[in-house]
Amino acid sequence: MKKLLSILAVSVFAFSANAGTLDDVKNRGFLKCGVTTGLAGFAAPDDSGEWAGLDADMCRAVAVAVFGDRSKVEFITTTGKSRFPTLASGEVDMLARNTTWTISRDVNLGFEFVGVNFYDGQGFMVPSALGVSSAKELDGATVCIQTGTTTELNLADFFRLNGISYEALPIETNDEGKENLFAGRCDVYTTDASGLSSTRAAAADPGKWVVLPEIISKEPLGPLVRHGDHQWGDVVRWSLNAMIIAEELGVSSENVDAQKSSNVPEVLRLLGVEGSYGEMLELAPDWAYQIIKQIGNYSESYEANVGPDTPLEIARGLNALWTQGGILYAPPFR
Amino acid sequence: MNDLTEERKPPVATTGILGWLRINLFSSWFNSLITLFVLYILIQFVPWILNWTIFAADFKYNFNGEEIINREMCSRVLDPETGGACWAIIYVRFYQFMYGFYPREEVWRVNLSYIMLAVAVVPLLFDKFPLRKHFLKFTYAFPIIAFFLLNGGLGLEPVSTNKWGGLLVTLVLGCTGIALAFPLGIILALGRRSNLPVISMMCTLFIEFIRGVPLITLLFFGMVMLPLFLPEGIDMDGLARVLVAVTLFQSAYMAEVIRGGLQAIPQGQYEAARSIGLSYWQMNMKVVLPQAIRISIPSIVNTSIGLFKDTTLVIIVGLLDLLGIGRGALADTTWLGLAYEVYFFVSLVFFIFTFAMSRYSLYLEKKLKTGINMGAD
Repeated sequence: MKKLLSILAVSVFAFSANAGTLDDVKNRGFLKCGVTTGLAGFAAPDDSGEWAGLDADMCRAVAVAVFGDRSKVEFITTTGKSRFPTLASGEVDMLARNTTWTISRDVNLGFEFVGVNFYDGQGFMVPSALGVSSAKELDGATVCIQTGTTTELNLADFFRLNGISYEALPIETNDEGKENLFAGRCDVYTTDASGLSSTRAAAADPGKWVVLPEIISKEPLGPLVRHGDHQWGDVVRWSLNAMIIAEELGVSSENVDAQKSSNVPEVLRLLGVEGSYGEMLELAPDWAYQIIKQIGNYSESYEANVGPDTPLEIARGLNALWTQGGILYAPPFR
Repeated sequence: MNDLTEERKPPVATTGILGWLRINLFSSWFNSLITLFVLYILIQFVPWILNWTIFAADFKYNFNGEEIINREMCSRVLDPETGGACWAIIYVRFYQFMYGFYPREEVWRVNLSYIMLAVAVVPLLFDKFPLRKHFLKFTYAFPIIAFFLLNGGLGLEPVSTNKWGGLLVTLVLGCTGIALAFPLGIILALGRRSNLPVISMMCTLFIEFIRGVPLITLLFFGMVMLPLFLPEGIDMDGLARVLVAVTLFQSAYMAEVIRGGLQAIPQGQYEAARSIGLSYWQMNMKVVLPQAIRISIPSIVNTSIGLFKDTTLVIIVGLLDLLGIGRGALADTTWLGLAYEVYFFVSLVFFIFTFAMSRYSLYLEKKLKTGINMGAD
């Protein structure tokens, strides 16, 4: 039975992979993009029902690349459990859903991660009254930790490596961790740094809590597509890269029109003034121009959704450009 | 013989407020203790809850009289000591809570469906309703009308179910699940009691299998596996797949509830029906089922309420029902941290529906006098 099912599954998936997602999307007239059911800063409906956030911008960027119109996208909500079947069965064209790039997901599940739009990692949050400035000073602390997750293992490793001890207070959900920390039942709460930031922003007095500088695990989050459709993978990959390159070149939604007469060759190539990169991707010549014009470059998207001026207050950190101390790096546009 | 003894008033301690109090609240030292304890709890909490939800709460404006557009403007964020609930998050997102992402220019269709639902259901529930017969014709047609109205087609702009959300999804799931599961449940219950071994075995297997797995498993089955069983090229809608799972789940429970009612009907009723020459279906439709369903009412309503609340599980497969929309609202950085308001509102909406259902069941029980012993007495 199991074998029969897997054969069935493979044949269905293979069928949908062969069809050419880009053509499917063009024929349909809009992009189907899988997002979370709501995660602060990454994808959440705003008051008027429009999806907003870093991941939502990723979806819109691809829609702009294909159609030149940021509204040509249908957001499909997925959960941690339903996201992969939804993508595999072809119900969505891509996922931009806060998903960590790992070897098993990339290889075994038959998906292709096309890049990283947010470098996350496990961090620690403590009350500022504790007077701690580094996670290495947390000897003997009570830590709120979600059981059965990789965060639990990372935590044990980190404390063992540094020769310090901790007491674990097991919790099940993020909300439970929040309540326990705010009620003082644990000294430290540990989960992904972006999650800590939204927890902190939701506190009655965010100033009373600090996120410690140590990041103890790698959580590269990025958009993914089905294996085997390289043309479509390229479209999504270069939609993301175009935003990063635009930041690198100083092209933003405000100056993009002026930059069309720039004398920097890579800017001209990016904006479609020179070269035929749109044609290679089977997109309009000005696809990247439109992304920058309608969505903005990576920095603009970051600052608007998760940056220091938003309630989440996540500093650029690893997500700064490679020229500015981060590791954000896109291959050259040529 | 006319000198009747003068009428005397009953003892003070058994009439009036005092008597009522004595009989109902202070009849023994233990009951008195409980009464005092409950009274203490009420005094402790009721004023606080009223104050938080109403008197100190913001609805549209905060205490400075400004219109609230984000959490920083809520009185309880500005002044945690005195501020009450910040209902602005509900006010601003009321549309989403009711309709999800349904296009605003098409929303009249949802509203019309809500009104038609009321017109279809109320005559069904109360048999004294004027012109009930004619209204019931509409009730039968309603599901088809509602389908086209909500989904589009027949000249109406199609609205993908991805855009449905909030109370709309909760009601569609709840109503369809309950309405479809009832006839299915009856058939399964009759089938399980059938004398034909194949039918009885199939029904038993179905019921036991469905009851043996959690609803979440069935939802995943519907979401992930069902598309694999369908012929290639047939794309089944996400909401429809969840509806299939919910209906199957509910019908298995309904079948057992109705079977319970069938068990309670004395053998004599079956024999009597048979002896006057009724066929199997006539016997069930005219004699057995009306009695069986009558005594099953409390359990039927019970499982229906259960299903209505279980619909919140669909968030696991990525559908945003009322609770899902609430969680989405909490994930918006504009409103982070207003969890109490959102969950309070969602539970209030659920309470209104489930409470109405349970009161209706009580009314029905009284009207049909299900309490009395029936059958061969």
